[in-house]
Amino acid sequence: MITRQRLTLSYMAFILHRLSGIGLVCFLPFHFLTLGLGLEGEAALDHMLAYTEQPLIKAGELILVILFSLHLLLGIRVLIIEWMPWPDRADGHYYGGLRAGWIFGGVAIALILGWIFIDGVMT
Amino acid sequence: METLTIKIWRGADTGSFQTFSVPKRENQTILDVVTEIQQRQDQSISYRFACRVGVCGSCAMTVNGKPRWTCRTHIGALKSSVITIEPLKNMPRIKDLVADMSGFFDKWGQAGNDFNSDKTRHDAPVQIDPESKQRKAANAAIECINCGVCYAACDVVRWNDDYLGPAALNRAWSLVNDVRHNRKQDTIAAAMGAGGCGNCHSQGNCMTACPIGLSPTRSIAGLKQMSLMSLMGKRDA
Amino acid sequence: MLEVRLYVLQRLTAAIMAPMVIVHLATILYATRAELTAASILARVQSSPWLVVFYTAFVVMVAIHAPLGLRKILIEWGRLRMSAANMISLVLFVVFLGMGLRGVWALTGGAG
Repeated sequence: MITRQRLTLSYMAFILHRLSGIGLVCFLPFHFLTLGLGLEGEAALDHMLAYTEQPLIKAGELILVILFSLHLLLGIRVLIIEWMPWPDRADGHYYGGLRAGWIFGGVAIALILGWIFIDGVMT
Repeated sequence: METLTIKIWRGADTGSFQTFSVPKRENQTILDVVTEIQQRQDQSISYRFACRVGVCGSCAMTVNGKPRWTCRTHIGALKSSVITIEPLKNMPRIKDLVADMSGFFDKWGQAGNDFNSDKTRHDAPVQIDPESKQRKAANAAIECINCGVCYAACDVVRWNDDYLGPAALNRAWSLVNDVRHNRKQDTIAAAMGAGGCGNCHSQGNCMTACPIGLSPTRSIAGLKQMSLMSLMGKRDA
Repeated sequence: MLEVRLYVLQRLTAAIMAPMVIVHLATILYATRAELTAASILARVQSSPWLVVFYTAFVVMVAIHAPLGLRKILIEWGRLRMSAANMISLVLFVVFLGMGLRGVWALTGGAG
């Protein structure tokens, strides 16, 4: 199913964008329910926050921060591909239009933001 | 003498690979290999080709997982002595290496790709500036010879039976940029409908696979922009 | 016609959300550096009426954007018919909208 042909940069970007979207949408209901704890009072919310101090949960939150950043940046890349003028042909091909820089940059920035997050929550 | 192991698909949608052996030669394409096997080893193999010099697109097949023109695929480029040859993907298989392209051509038509003009031979030729934005856009897409390689390469075609595919939409783009075409709105409507340009996720498989370097991704991006303009009620002549 | 509208809606909500996501990410990174307590969250969220507008708009945007993304996945990977995918997306829109607005209300109006 994953043949060598599919392992192109732009295909990877598509897969990362889609998988990060799936991850985020799976998290969303839990996020909304947690926010909803405010209805039960501050104590309920504090209880939940204390619960999330476990390393496993923090690891999950790290992944979410990375997925969130990745989905944002790869999404901006899609908007650019579809709405900005396609760059002129170089070397006789159109590959510039696939905005490889945004893929590398997006992954890099997502990892950096993840690092900033985990650095901030390490006590 | 070095030999190559060639696995050729036999059968239709169900079938199996049959293994052959051919000598490795200095100057050898996949089409040469298939022809040699069919002529000297098993004459029951069915395959398509025509020009054998890379201008007609008839010899397109799946070679080691990638859709390629077999007459333009040199054995050396594959970097493997085991070569698997099947028909183009995303199309029903008729026999052995022959795929049924009728669905591909049906979708070509469904993308609003009937050129129409109200001019006759008695009218003067239409003056088109080759440097105009529209003509350059059309020229960038016009060279397509419907070989089906991009269609075979496209994941969305594989995942969504309604999707018209890169070739059909690329053609629609060249047509909406042709100022002589007087059914531009019909073409746009067809190209942005249920099976149309909105299904493309810009993975770029089509661009990577096109043997003549076209970019349906780029054409489809143009159609997407046009679809928005159309939605907002902006119609240009 | 529907396909174009959904396509444009998806891109539009994405474009509107992009700056919102940047703000949200920045908030996450900033707020988690200090001790995250219910009190600190509520204080921050309730510090300006504009934040209610911001988060409400954010919820509406994501309630549209997420199901539309899933819709394509259901059709392409889930092999669902378009009608089934459309129905599920609509249901998810209502569910996300409801849950999200409840969440915003919980932290801005109904808390404490």
